[in-house]
Amino acid sequence: MPTAEQLEQRIERALPGASARVEDLTGGGDHFRAEVVSDRFAGLSRIEQHKLVYDVFSDDLGGSIHALSIKTSTPDQSPMPGRVT
Amino acid sequence: MTNEEIRSFIENAIAENEVMLFMKGTPEEPRCGFSARTAAALNALGVRYAALDILPDTRIKEELVSVSGWPTSPQLFVRGELVGGCDIVLEMYESGELAELLGVEAPAASEPPEEEAPAQPPLGIENRLG
Repeated sequence: MPTAEQLEQRIERALPGASARVEDLTGGGDHFRAEVVSDRFAGLSRIEQHKLVYDVFSDDLGGSIHALSIKTSTPDQSPMPGRVT
Repeated sequence: MTNEEIRSFIENAIAENEVMLFMKGTPEEPRCGFSARTAAALNALGVRYAALDILPDTRIKEELVSVSGWPTSPQLFVRGELVGGCDIVLEMYESGELAELLGVEAPAASEPPEEEAPAQPPLGIENRLG
């Protein structure tokens, strides 16, 4: 069962320059919410942005990760508070 | 029913219904929170839509994912194009974009829709699959 931290790291490794914050919504390790900020989302539709994040977890969705809720934005849309970039 | 027949059924449903929601359960009895909230957004806008329950056969979701390239459910299509799943639909609902896309008035308050029954009964596509 992945931890929220592991998921953050996977996202940031797969999308260099991105800031990811992942929350385990139930504490059970299978239902997460990910907020990802990256300038590579610029110009992409929401679907394309979310697909980039889903692609990081393609093997896990529906398996070890039962549910992944996603919110994406570019740095100018929503700076991540408390993160050193 | 073969996988190909399921796939054709799905593709036709997308092509023939202006607003097409693939979900777990039905709009009246959703079987998952994400599906419930997505249907609630459509219900709150009072828009007529078609809904297909993907639960009766696991191949329905398999073929849907293959058709749309989107890995999760629910999935909302408008005029033949994938709009997104629950996260995207709710974001668009709250921003007014969903109302605009569907050609209806935006909700008065940009709050998440309450889970209420549909104003117009959605066109439930009888699931003879599987």
